Amino acid sequence: MGEKRIRVLIAKPGLDGHDKGAKVVVHALKEAGMEVLYTGLHKTIDEIVNTALEEDVDVIGLSVYSGAHLPLSKKLMEQLKEKKLTDKLVLVGGNIPQRDVKVLKGYGVTEVFPVGAKLDEIIEFIKRRVGGQNEKI
Amino acid sequence: MKKSDKPEEIKEISLESGIKVKPVYGPEDIRDLNYEKDIGQPGEFPFTRGIHPLMYRKRPWTMRQYSGFGTARETNERFKWLLDQGQTALNVAFDLPTQLGLDSDDPFAEEEVGRVGMAIDSLKDLEEAFTGIPIDKISTSLTINPVASVMLAMYLVVAEKQGIPWEDVRGTTQNDILKEYIGRGTWIFPIEPSIKLIGDMVEFCSKNVPKFNPFSVCGYHIRESGATPVQEMAYAFEIAIAYIQEVLNRELNIDDFAGRIAFNFDIHGNLWEQVAKFRAGRRLWAKIIKERFGSQNPRSMTLRMIAGGGGGGLTIQQPENNIVRGAYYALISALSGTQTMALCSYDEAYTIPSKKAALISLRTMQILADEMGLRDTVDPLAGSYYIEWLTGEMEKKIVECMKKVEEMGGMIKAVESGYIQGEVSRQAYIQEKKIQSGETTKIGVNKYVMEEEKADVEIHQFNPEVAEQQKKKLIELKTQRNENEVKDALLGLKKAAQTDENVMPHILKAVKSYATLGEITRVFKEVFGEFKEPIGL
Repeated sequence: MGEKRIRVLIAKPGLDGHDKGAKVVVHALKEAGMEVLYTGLHKTIDEIVNTALEEDVDVIGLSVYSGAHLPLSKKLMEQLKEKKLTDKLVLVGGNIPQRDVKVLKGYGVTEVFPVGAKLDEIIEFIKRRVGGQNEKI
Repeated sequence: MKKSDKPEEIKEISLESGIKVKPVYGPEDIRDLNYEKDIGQPGEFPFTRGIHPLMYRKRPWTMRQYSGFGTARETNERFKWLLDQGQTALNVAFDLPTQLGLDSDDPFAEEEVGRVGMAIDSLKDLEEAFTGIPIDKISTSLTINPVASVMLAMYLVVAEKQGIPWEDVRGTTQNDILKEYIGRGTWIFPIEPSIKLIGDMVEFCSKNVPKFNPFSVCGYHIRESGATPVQEMAYAFEIAIAYIQEVLNRELNIDDFAGRIAFNFDIHGNLWEQVAKFRAGRRLWAKIIKERFGSQNPRSMTLRMIAGGGGGGLTIQQPENNIVRGAYYALISALSGTQTMALCSYDEAYTIPSKKAALISLRTMQILADEMGLRDTVDPLAGSYYIEWLTGEMEKKIVECMKKVEEMGGMIKAVESGYIQGEVSRQAYIQEKKIQSGETTKIGVNKYVMEEEKADVEIHQFNPEVAEQQKKKLIELKTQRNENEVKDALLGLKKAAQTDENVMPHILKAVKSYATLGEITRVFKEVFGEFKEPIGL
């Protein structure tokens, strides 16, 4: 009955200009019925957090291909904590070496979907985690 | 006839560009082909077989691996090492702050200094990068776009300081801003002033640096962003046409500069489709320059290209398979008559190439050139029923795709509106779905998958201390240079940027005063503003 659509923000932080992966995920999530906002390139973490707040999204997906995923994700998690947005699901994608997955999760990132991740898995993961939250309400 | 031989039971094969492939081709498929008119001898219009009469028989393709990381000093060592290993030219990687005109001490540059290329803040750094490298003997490709004008100026001053006249400077600035808005993403300024800067560089080079290619149109990154091979060629040609039109508004003739237009193309996917793409591209480009722009000089009509390998074809799974893919891409490139190869290295799916990966790529090209007979004869696939037929089909498709862009008013409008970005990202999604469903096979990804493998390959390690070193150098630089000279130069640049005047002489003056890349870029930002990205989905 008027079920709330899952809202996702796909974000490109920093200077990295590789947006193919981010855009592919945007297409996939939209097709799966989610409402998806895409930030475009060259955003600061501040800008991303503000957009997440203003748009009241359930999920933030960070896409990084430059290799700077660790410092950028760390900064994002710190700022989300500061703004008390810890209920957001945070996903990180891009060319993330296996050894960094644990580090990212240590920062509080919910899940990591490196290059090659299945789109269906991403969709299912979001639906399970966000859908689950909604059920509790 | 056995039941299984019936044609209707053979699985249909369709290339990425949408062309259906028959199991067998014969003379009837190329009945309408006229050798003189449609193919021609190598080195002759329409250049289908190659742009030189003897191609690799005379000289092998140029080998130019993409390299650069950390500081100018580290990069200088890598350059020298690559040249010692038999590389014949340089292909410079800059870090993202440099590519976006930010100094290493800019807060937005944090964590990116020296990461995906070398950090250049001022002339001082570039001087260091080329210390002991005879830049009149090698050609250098500078992979930089929105601030290519500044890097060209720096490179010319480095030449000057080495005592090399500008007439002898050979190289290329990538300087293809339109493709940056479509893929790759290092844009700064709005479209119009960005294209004006390209025009300034072409005009300046045609008069002062005649052996330099002021821009290299990159189908490469458009394809890497998801485009089909047909879109790759069509969009690259439309971009080149947009730049040509800008330059033609400046009292230059097509033959004053068209011979210095360079292209950068991608290779991954179906072997035959790639070879046909390049043969079709050469033929079509020659016709465009001759018929549409009225060129009289055959050199202007030649499609000169760098084509090595597309990182997009490589996989993060079973990374050593990428060594094999790279070798096939190099083979395709040689069969396609490229002028220069820059091969993607097997670790490219992770990061910039390690020393080991770069060496394997270089050796791959050398093995092809020296062991395998790829230099023996020109365009060895010519005359194949399939290749000639496919070349024709690809050309038709490229023309159709170009027509769509032209109906929208050309490439600038099509990029401004986000149309091209949308087409490319939709295609990327379609292709990704095909891979994920297994419809398109990718070994190690959706076939012959090895579940147990989790290990990373040995990759290039980022050195976080580079940022501190660069910052220290900047502080030092600012105490050593003449601040009044810097201010004057920047003011002169600003005034010129506000008019139609060619800004190149002013950039040169600023660079010589050791104004930083960031300071020069800031002047442009003040005058031009910044690009507002249309969300092309």
